Amino acid sequence: MKIFEPEIVAFCCHYCAYTAADMAGSKRISYPANVKIIRVPCTGKVDAIHIMKAFEKGADGVYVAGCLQGDCHFKNGNTRAKYRVEQVQIILGDLGWEKQRVAMINMSAGMGERFARTALEFTQTIKQLGPSPIKITHTDINQQAIRF
Amino acid sequence: MITAEQKPLNEILDYISPYDRIILVGCNECVTVCAAGGRKEVGLLASALHLNFLKHGRTVEIKEITLERQCDPEYAEELVSEIDRTDAILSMACGCGVQTIAARYNEKPVFPAVNTKFMGASVSQGIWEEKCQGCGDCLLGITGGICPVARCSKHLLNGPCGGTSKGMCEIAPDVDCAWCLIWERLKALGMEKRYEEIMEAKDFRAAGGGGPRRIIRKDLSL
Repeated sequence: MKIFEPEIVAFCCHYCAYTAADMAGSKRISYPANVKIIRVPCTGKVDAIHIMKAFEKGADGVYVAGCLQGDCHFKNGNTRAKYRVEQVQIILGDLGWEKQRVAMINMSAGMGERFARTALEFTQTIKQLGPSPIKITHTDINQQAIRF
Repeated sequence: MITAEQKPLNEILDYISPYDRIILVGCNECVTVCAAGGRKEVGLLASALHLNFLKHGRTVEIKEITLERQCDPEYAEELVSEIDRTDAILSMACGCGVQTIAARYNEKPVFPAVNTKFMGASVSQGIWEEKCQGCGDCLLGITGGICPVARCSKHLLNGPCGGTSKGMCEIAPDVDCAWCLIWERLKALGMEKRYEEIMEAKDFRAAGGGGPRRIIRKDLSL
């Protein structure tokens, strides 16, 4: 049986999480290759539609990694991002999806270990949840096609 | 501005689930300002609908269009080129916009995606409050710029009721008593005498009591 390897999109702030990912690399700390990083100038730039489009295109989980509370380079971008993540969680809940598929994570640029640890933890969470409901349906359709 | 809020997704899905080709129409006016049915919200709702249909193994074509002003027949015409290729229209405009589209394209089912709420103003980012009920006979000149028709829970015209307490209304601790606000404002303006004037019973025919209202401007008519 093929092991489920989730596709995870991480929107990472240039000033913290993205640098933390760099830090993890410099320290030779490995994190799951499932996490695909998208660098953004600030998590405040991440809109609900970007997260939704990631799911539409097949992501199994999405997280937004921004600066620690109160430390946003642009004052309150990370707070805005938090509200947008909550908005998407509500939409996913309405659609019958698991809300844990989207999360907001905070870290500073020096937290290489935390970046790697959260990437691992989030990947494990998504592995437990299983593939995105879209993929399940596609697989079901393919299996049905084979059966007939 | 007219304010609105998106309907629950389940209700929207119930409306459109029988159809395979849908136009999702937003409006660039009031619903854009109150973040209920502008271009951005159209994109977000379309995305949520796509996710739902993909989950059920369906591919539904959703065309996203945002009109300049949906309550204007002139802009409603912009859907003509798409209408033959659609099974239903889902409108994110206020009730005026939905009805304009329904009247123009009466051969297609038109569904609302938002609940139209009230005529309000933005108090701060993300918060809107009701300020006007369109009563057709504005009293703001007498009441210090604060409307008792829209902002007093009982629409009282001659001072507060017994439910006022420390400047707040009895219906909720965060709702101002409109008549307290009026009194403070008149006092600040040195117009306390206005408060003493008894207002006669209001003629609510102008507020819609006489049936649907209409404005006819002959100078503007074609």
